[in-house]
Amino acid sequence: MTLQGFLLLAAALFAVGLYGALSQQSIVMLMMGLELMINGLIVAGGAFWYYLAPQNADGQVLVLVAVTVMALEMAVGFAVVTAIFRARDVDTTDDAGDLKE
Amino acid sequence: MSVAFWALAVLAVAAGVTVFVVDSMARATFALLASLLAVGGTFLLIDLRYLGVLIVLMMVMEMMIMAVFMIMYMMNPAGLMPMKMVHNNRVAAIIAGTVFVLLAAGTLFTPWPAAKERPGGDPTHALGLSIMGPKMLVMMVIGVAILATMISTVVLATHKGRYDR
Repeated sequence: MTLQGFLLLAAALFAVGLYGALSQQSIVMLMMGLELMINGLIVAGGAFWYYLAPQNADGQVLVLVAVTVMALEMAVGFAVVTAIFRARDVDTTDDAGDLKE
Repeated sequence: MSVAFWALAVLAVAAGVTVFVVDSMARATFALLASLLAVGGTFLLIDLRYLGVLIVLMMVMEMMIMAVFMIMYMMNPAGLMPMKMVHNNRVAAIIAGTVFVLLAAGTLFTPWPAAKERPGGDPTHALGLSIMGPKMLVMMVIGVAILATMISTVVLATHKGRYDR
C-alpha cells in the first residue's frame, strides 16, 4: 500500500472511464464513463492527502468537492437526457449532433 | 493491509471494465456501484473513515437512482440479446491506453517526497474544523451549486416551462 499503488489505481480508473466516455453511444453509458473518471480523481485526492499532506485537511475537502461533482453531474446529465429525449426522441450521442452543422 | 488494498484495487478496476462489457445497462449500473464501493473501501484503509463511509452511502443512493433511469432509457432490457453501442471503439481504446500509460509513467517515475508522518488526531475532526473555518467558502459554493442543480434539473425535466402553458 503505497502512494504509487493508489495513483496507479486512480490512473486505471480514469483511463477506463475515458474509454467509456469516448466510445459509448448511449448518453447514459457515457455518463457512467464520466463517473468512473471522477472516481479516479477521488482516489488520487485521498491518496495525496494521506501520503503527502496529512497535516491539513485540504485533500479531504478536495475529495468532498469531487463527490459532490459526481452527484451533480449525474443529476444534470439525467435532466438533459430527459429533456432531449422528450423533445426529439433522441438518446444517443450520434443523434444529438446539432452543433456539428 | 496491502493485500486488502490490492484486492480492492483490482476489484475497482475490474468492475469498471465490466461496466462497458455487460449487455444490460442495469447490470452496468451495479458494476459501477461495485467499483465505487471498492474505492470507498480503500479510503477506510487510509484512515479516511468519514469520507469512506460517505462515499459508500452516497454512491449506494446515487446508483439506485441511476438504476431507475437506466431501466427507463434501456434499449436492451435485461441484456437478452448481445449488443454493443459504441463508436470509434479502436480510437477510444488507443486514447485511453495512451492516457493510462502516461499517467502510470508519471506515477512511477516522479520522485515523490517521502510519506509524511501524520499528526495524531482524528482526520474527520480536522476536516470538520477545516470546512467550518478556512475552507468554508468551498462548502458555501457547494451548497449554492446543489441548489442551482436542483432548480435547473427540475426546469430541464418538467414537461413545460412555468410560463408556457
